[in-house]
Amino acid sequence: METRNIMIVGVGGQGTLLTSRILGGIMLSAGYDVKMSEVHGMAQRGGSVVTYVRYGDKVSEPIVEEGQADVLIAFEQLEAMRYSHFLKKDGVLIVNTQRIDPMPVVIGAAQYPEGIIENLSKKHKVIAVDAMNEAMKLGNPKVFNVIVIGVAAKHMDFSKEQWFDVIDRTVKPKFIDINKQAFETGYNM
Amino acid sequence: MSEQKRVMMLGNEAIARGAYEAGVKVSAAYPGTPSTEISENMVKYKDELYCEWSPNEKVAMEVAIGASFAGVRSLASMKHVGVNVAADPLYTISYIGVNGGLVLVAADDPGLYSSQNEQDTRMVARAAQVPVIEPSDSQEAKDYIKFAYEMSEKYDTPVILRTTTRLSHSQGLVTLENRADIEDRPYERNASKNVMMPGNAKLRHLAVEEREKRLIEDSCDFPINRMEINDTSIGVITSGIPYQYVKEALPDASVLKLGLVNPLPRRLIEEFSSKVDKLYIFEELDPLIETQVKSWGIKATGKEIFTVQGEYSANLLRRTVLKQEPYINEEISVPGRPPILCPGCPHRSAFTVLNKLKIHAAGDIGCYTLGAVPPLNVIDTTVCMGSSISSLHGMEKAKGKDYIKNWVAVIGDSTFMHTGINSLMNMVYNQGTGTVMILDNSTTGMTGHQDHAATGKTLQGDTVPAISIPALCKAMGIKNVYEINVFDVEGLEKLLKQELSKDEVSVIITKTPCVLLNKTPITHTCQVDEEACKKCGMCMKPGCPAITKLESGATHIDETMCNGCGLCKSQCKFGAINDVPV
Repeated sequence: METRNIMIVGVGGQGTLLTSRILGGIMLSAGYDVKMSEVHGMAQRGGSVVTYVRYGDKVSEPIVEEGQADVLIAFEQLEAMRYSHFLKKDGVLIVNTQRIDPMPVVIGAAQYPEGIIENLSKKHKVIAVDAMNEAMKLGNPKVFNVIVIGVAAKHMDFSKEQWFDVIDRTVKPKFIDINKQAFETGYNM
Repeated sequence: MSEQKRVMMLGNEAIARGAYEAGVKVSAAYPGTPSTEISENMVKYKDELYCEWSPNEKVAMEVAIGASFAGVRSLASMKHVGVNVAADPLYTISYIGVNGGLVLVAADDPGLYSSQNEQDTRMVARAAQVPVIEPSDSQEAKDYIKFAYEMSEKYDTPVILRTTTRLSHSQGLVTLENRADIEDRPYERNASKNVMMPGNAKLRHLAVEEREKRLIEDSCDFPINRMEINDTSIGVITSGIPYQYVKEALPDASVLKLGLVNPLPRRLIEEFSSKVDKLYIFEELDPLIETQVKSWGIKATGKEIFTVQGEYSANLLRRTVLKQEPYINEEISVPGRPPILCPGCPHRSAFTVLNKLKIHAAGDIGCYTLGAVPPLNVIDTTVCMGSSISSLHGMEKAKGKDYIKNWVAVIGDSTFMHTGINSLMNMVYNQGTGTVMILDNSTTGMTGHQDHAATGKTLQGDTVPAISIPALCKAMGIKNVYEINVFDVEGLEKLLKQELSKDEVSVIITKTPCVLLNKTPITHTCQVDEEACKKCGMCMKPGCPAITKLESGATHIDETMCNGCGLCKSQCKFGAINDVPV
């Protein structure tokens, strides 16, 4: 199988590392070679963060390069825009519609762009979800990222049972049920 | 024998696992991105080995050297700039060699994800005549460090295992094996080898030259130096993570993959270059391999087309070697999202006061370096660990004591324990009058919360007496030593004015834990009373990411982000911000 490329982008502290662990876990259990690359250190302090996940028969480089992402998962709109050029021609962009103003916007040195989703939809296949709102409905805003994974799962090659299996193995026992609910919510959207 | 279990591991985790499997008994380090997770994983094996956070990299290196003298395999790990701090012992242990195997893991940061420079440890190693091994993925990281210990003992040399951010922070599959049962080597007194004074060192220098010659020859047959002969129209000499980009972009090319990058296996390189039509040398950062290969009269292309700055990629090879322009959508220009201080960060309060008083700060290395950027704009200079206090002292000696009446040195607790202490001693000894702020957040923050000598906990989780920073300062003879809660902005302002007016050294310790460290749940958040809000925007001046402006012009505090630190409240003259219990 040709190597598949997934990117997860967001704002430091949004839980991109847990997301990549779940994604990596499912690819491993399906018997693929997997490589992932993540950001630690200074950039995690509220900065723009990116995680790469690649799987296939044999994976060489651990990063996804510009123009090569099959699936781009963005936890924040501006970050979706920042990394959209990493998408393949027919790549899928899954974006959580949350808006987090970066410091240049907060202090008035820059404007947060208007109409991000509409503009990106002109060029790419975009699936926008208000996962934060859905997570609030479930009673735990922290699981918004697993809702996004649920949405993304429909564009990957694994069964729901396989996903549940990896959630069982990755998430702390007392959060398993809520994370499965979150996944299910995204999967059915 | 082998467990044959395959697991996903970060490069750094695999390095720790390899050291464990190699039978390492002592590991010492100072945290620094991208090396920190090595020690954080070593501690998982603490029942079978000893590991510590040392106060700085020089000490860590010397602890590892001591363990090697005593006959056990030992490890020191640090980021690239830490190698500078450890350079003194490193250059001389190269002369002495080892008893138990000794490996230094140096983590370089091409692309500067979390560093103050982009230096290439291979250049330091070449100067110190220490062999350098470079793996390309997690599995190799584990295998190569085991090879490094064998090499260290066989060739009587410390060995550097060089990693980079991309390797350290990438995960790949690793096959686990059991820990080797390595017997301690006997200790024998050998002053002519182990006491480096001129008469002995002269002879050891010759031994180092002999060792290097032997390595240049023997390494041509090392399994970690490998020729992959395919299509011979293109040949690439590469190592480390760039090897992966070569396999991605040029799968049919012939490759000489170097596992040992210092010294270079000259005979093997000459043989490889004779087999290929067009030779490229593909190495991130400095042209270490390229310069040597070209000096042997071999024609090759390297830095003419590959940059010396930042990380490489497969697209770089496609563009330069294959002259292909990969399909890429147009990049859209969007506002940047630089890293910021967290909501509730104690540093923000210190910088808000300094900003208000228009005080310049000589800065240091840590989260608080972010005080240099808008809207706080307080830090004027940052060089390296510990430099804040000494550079402020230098300014005073250059321009006189009145010149620094609106300057402070700003340094964190971990950085103070690292090398700030020496600078403060110097300020006292040489009659400086500077004001030093120690932003004591009770942890090494930026690297993800590691303990140090003033926190009262060790890497292995033992509770120990914490070294008192105020007592330490007083022991130096400093009379003006104060501790204050950093969120007491009025008190801090008053104290700063008072101490800056004195012609004596002052130390102000703002003792307030990192907001991410504080495990106690928050009791309240701060909320804006929209009716009382006069829309002046003063609460936004400290640049807290939890505060935004509404369309009405009033401000709003995101209750999921707010930690209730109250800094915004202290800035509001109209009492429009209230504590709301959670």
